[in-house]
Amino acid sequence: MQVRSILAVTLAVAFSTAAYAQEFNDPAEFKKQRELLSTKAEGPEGKPWEQHLGGAMVDTAKFKKDGPHTICFSNAGVFNPWRVVGLNNMKGEAALQKDRIKELVILDAEGKDDKQISDIQSLLDGGKCDVLVVSPTTTAALTPAVEAACEKLPVIVFDRGVNTKCPVTYIHPVGGYGFGITSAEFIASKLPKGANVLAIRIVPGVDVLETRYSAAKSIFDEAGLNVIGSEFTGSDRAKTKSVVEDYINRGQKIDAVWMDAGDTATAALEAFEDAGLPYPVISGEDQQDFLRKWQKEKLVAIAPSYPTYQWRTPIIAALDILDGKPVPGPEWNLPQPAITQETLASYIDERMPALHYSLCGCQDLPGYPEQWGGK
Amino acid sequence: MSVDTLSAGRARRGFRDLPVPLVVIALAAIIYVAAAVITGQTNQISLPGLSGLLQRTVALGLVGLGQTFAILVGSIDLSVAALISSVAVLASYLMQGDPGMIVPAILACLALALVIGAVNGGLVAYWGINPLIATLSTGLILQGVLAAGYTYWSGRVAPEFQALAYQSLFGVPLPVLLLAVLALLAWFVLAKTRFGAHLYAVGGNPDGAKLAGLRVERFVLAAHVIASLGACVAGLYLAARLQSGTPWIGRDGIYDLESIAIVVIGGTVLSGGKGGVLGTLAGVLLFASLDASFNMFGVDAFLKQVLRGAIVIAAVAVYAVRNKGHVA
Amino acid sequence: MTAIPDTARPARRIPLRGLNFAIAIFVVLYAGIAVLQPNYLEAALFMNFLRRAAPLAILACGQLYVILSGGFDLSMGAVVTLVVLAASMLIGGDPEMSWPVIGALYAMGLAVGLANGAIVAFLKVPSIIATLGTMLLVNGLALAWSGGAPRGDLPDNFRNLGRLVLRDVPLVGTLPVAVIILAVATLLMGWGLHRTAYGRRLLAVGDNPRAAELAGVPVKPTRISAFVVSALAAVTAGILIGGFSGVSVNAGRGLELQAIAACVIGGAQLLGGRGSVVGALFGALSLFALFTLLNLLGLPQALRDSLQGVILIAAVGASVLRHRRST
Repeated sequence: MQVRSILAVTLAVAFSTAAYAQEFNDPAEFKKQRELLSTKAEGPEGKPWEQHLGGAMVDTAKFKKDGPHTICFSNAGVFNPWRVVGLNNMKGEAALQKDRIKELVILDAEGKDDKQISDIQSLLDGGKCDVLVVSPTTTAALTPAVEAACEKLPVIVFDRGVNTKCPVTYIHPVGGYGFGITSAEFIASKLPKGANVLAIRIVPGVDVLETRYSAAKSIFDEAGLNVIGSEFTGSDRAKTKSVVEDYINRGQKIDAVWMDAGDTATAALEAFEDAGLPYPVISGEDQQDFLRKWQKEKLVAIAPSYPTYQWRTPIIAALDILDGKPVPGPEWNLPQPAITQETLASYIDERMPALHYSLCGCQDLPGYPEQWGGK
Repeated sequence: MSVDTLSAGRARRGFRDLPVPLVVIALAAIIYVAAAVITGQTNQISLPGLSGLLQRTVALGLVGLGQTFAILVGSIDLSVAALISSVAVLASYLMQGDPGMIVPAILACLALALVIGAVNGGLVAYWGINPLIATLSTGLILQGVLAAGYTYWSGRVAPEFQALAYQSLFGVPLPVLLLAVLALLAWFVLAKTRFGAHLYAVGGNPDGAKLAGLRVERFVLAAHVIASLGACVAGLYLAARLQSGTPWIGRDGIYDLESIAIVVIGGTVLSGGKGGVLGTLAGVLLFASLDASFNMFGVDAFLKQVLRGAIVIAAVAVYAVRNKGHVA
Repeated sequence: MTAIPDTARPARRIPLRGLNFAIAIFVVLYAGIAVLQPNYLEAALFMNFLRRAAPLAILACGQLYVILSGGFDLSMGAVVTLVVLAASMLIGGDPEMSWPVIGALYAMGLAVGLANGAIVAFLKVPSIIATLGTMLLVNGLALAWSGGAPRGDLPDNFRNLGRLVLRDVPLVGTLPVAVIILAVATLLMGWGLHRTAYGRRLLAVGDNPRAAELAGVPVKPTRISAFVVSALAAVTAGILIGGFSGVSVNAGRGLELQAIAACVIGGAQLLGGRGSVVGALFGALSLFALFTLLNLLGLPQALRDSLQGVILIAAVGASVLRHRRST
């Protein structure tokens, strides 16, 4: 009896919440990011990490200070290869500018908001820092800590933002909607109306990922494509492959696979291989394993990116700010390119590990490729 | 999970006779001070540095206090992480920035914790389901409902409530005082009341307690409710500190396994009946000073995990090794 | 054969009803899958189901050894991650290296198992804390070694262990290599547990270590051996997972709890005394059938977690009720 009633209650809850709210569907932001994707970047040619898309400049004369400087960085964590590559980029940029930097202090919050707040506090108490760089674990949580830091020294936020305008600048690529727009428009352009798309995603409820899906979904709906499923796999390759196999076994034709992050793209493709089916149209990301498979198997594919070169920018910005040079702000929009068939070959580097992100902008940094795990 | 303590009554001289909490606190202090001195960051031993250190103990300490009760009666609670997330999300959803809703929101969270604690306790004590599985399952259920409904439940706590997490009294952060007061309360309940004495009896020897006329089930239930309340207070604290709750803060903070670890490091025996809150506070202090010391040394994120793993084992082994008999 | 101590007798009561129960759960869940998607009854799809479930089933059988000895092994998932990362880096895409490296992987597993066992048996650290420590340690070592983004690649002959499906096999039609490995591993572990004096000693140790010791059972070596079996099972599962889906830095995340849950669904009693390999096997298959069923139902992901929790409670609760009635 007990069991049955528990089941009944759970199923009731299941159906009452089956429809998802659309908090991450902001048409104004969608439109803005669509425009940014086609905005011409200003800044040095071939160095997208120093470029910016429109926006204003902020005066930083009041922060001018004699060097060399101590740059403090509060990192959300290195819990996935994207962040590992990014952190290497940042260290590489610091090594490049080593004459101007006394020390780069990095505190790792291991993905815990509470710890990151304490970390920022202890950086402030330590009194060594000339400038603070923050990559927040979550947007809202870090706002009070960042506000406290702003009162003492210049602050730079990147990747995820905070709910306050007090940092000197907030560095980020175009964003989640842009990612979704690039990938979904490519898929829509390759398929007829009524074709089936399977969406493979990491986890629900994370702003930077939800916006990717909401943008893609609205483009698929507009193009008359059929989203036959939206599945969360927690970046687990085995789970991704299993989920795709289950969809294949349902007997429904899958014409395209859309991914909100590319780290399991090759696992999804293997499910088609093992079932003896032709590859679908697919959107992945700029990881080496996906790019190599794309080239080898002549896939119809695109690799939108959330480029890891954005980890170089905070160091550049920090040094500019301490020199009193104006920097793009209060928002610094970086270009967010996608890898297409035409540019594919130039991004493949056989020396690099499978999980390396190609848009690292790290090729000219000291220690490349060994520091990034290449040979 | 039975630990045999034949040696408990035997008198032996030396550092092994020192109470476990003192040993652990000394270890924590040595690590912290040594790190500060070696890296030349002696200002971390100043008042702001130390209060920052104590601030690191709050969330885990609050969960640990509750977990101590569950473990003392020979049970365990793996659902605390999901409950912390639920409470944080619920509090920020109900408040929506409105100070008038602070009290109702807190009451609602306490009610939720009571229900979850009662469900856990009921499954374990009355239905006889193994506590690991029972609380793992309630945690999964909570986490699932939370993730499914989260998009409906966003919100933020009132600014006045948030201020509580950031204010200080006589240089001591309010949350640290909260932890101290609750720890004192827990100590008083365990050491000075009949209820506390009975909890130890139930944990140490459930059959004996039953023969002595104690209603063992009720004590197990009560311990689970207290464990949930501890997680609830931790969730409220995190909601205040983080301005709004997300469905992942409990899981990302690994509060389930870490709270168990600090309780055990503090000398509370997993089979129940032996230990106390002083040990738990010592355990959380050790974790906090490790965190702070790793920061001072700039230890690489992955190496941190390795060291933490080794230290967890070593800290328990230091005194566990004197046990005769076998542990599980 | 060694003399079996008397104390082992109550522990030998392998509950037949318990076995049937895990099988029954599996049959019901798989029937549910078949109703939604009849082609899962075809031999090829059933074999594919087994191929995917094989790692979890092997983990569950290994975990069972530790559970029966009265402990837990939380380090299994970390060992899986270590195996996948180490294989990729050591093999470096060179097929000739596959076999020597597999030997090295088992050596690593042996080391982790011995360490777990020694910490529990000699340092007297409770296994839940000891293996939590080694979990952090092994995971940290694997990630530090690979720098978080592993080099190298897995060649096809390694991948085939978890991926290749043999075609045109008599009787069954298709036969994945992983299923052969699963069969061998479970038979081996089942034999060790249920048909040898060692297995009976293990049960005796888990049931009552003091009594077992008085009866002359070498308690410490027996317990250490259980952790070794568990770690070696984790290595095997890691090889299959790496083979099935390739290199990833979180290949083993959360698998230890799934393995424990599978054992419990299969009727194993935590803290020792009761349980069987068949139960663990079908417990794991049930859990996997549940995941597949929830996939096919198309429920929102989040609620699948909830439903998994409900079913865990239901399965364990029902087994508690049956045992209460029978005693």
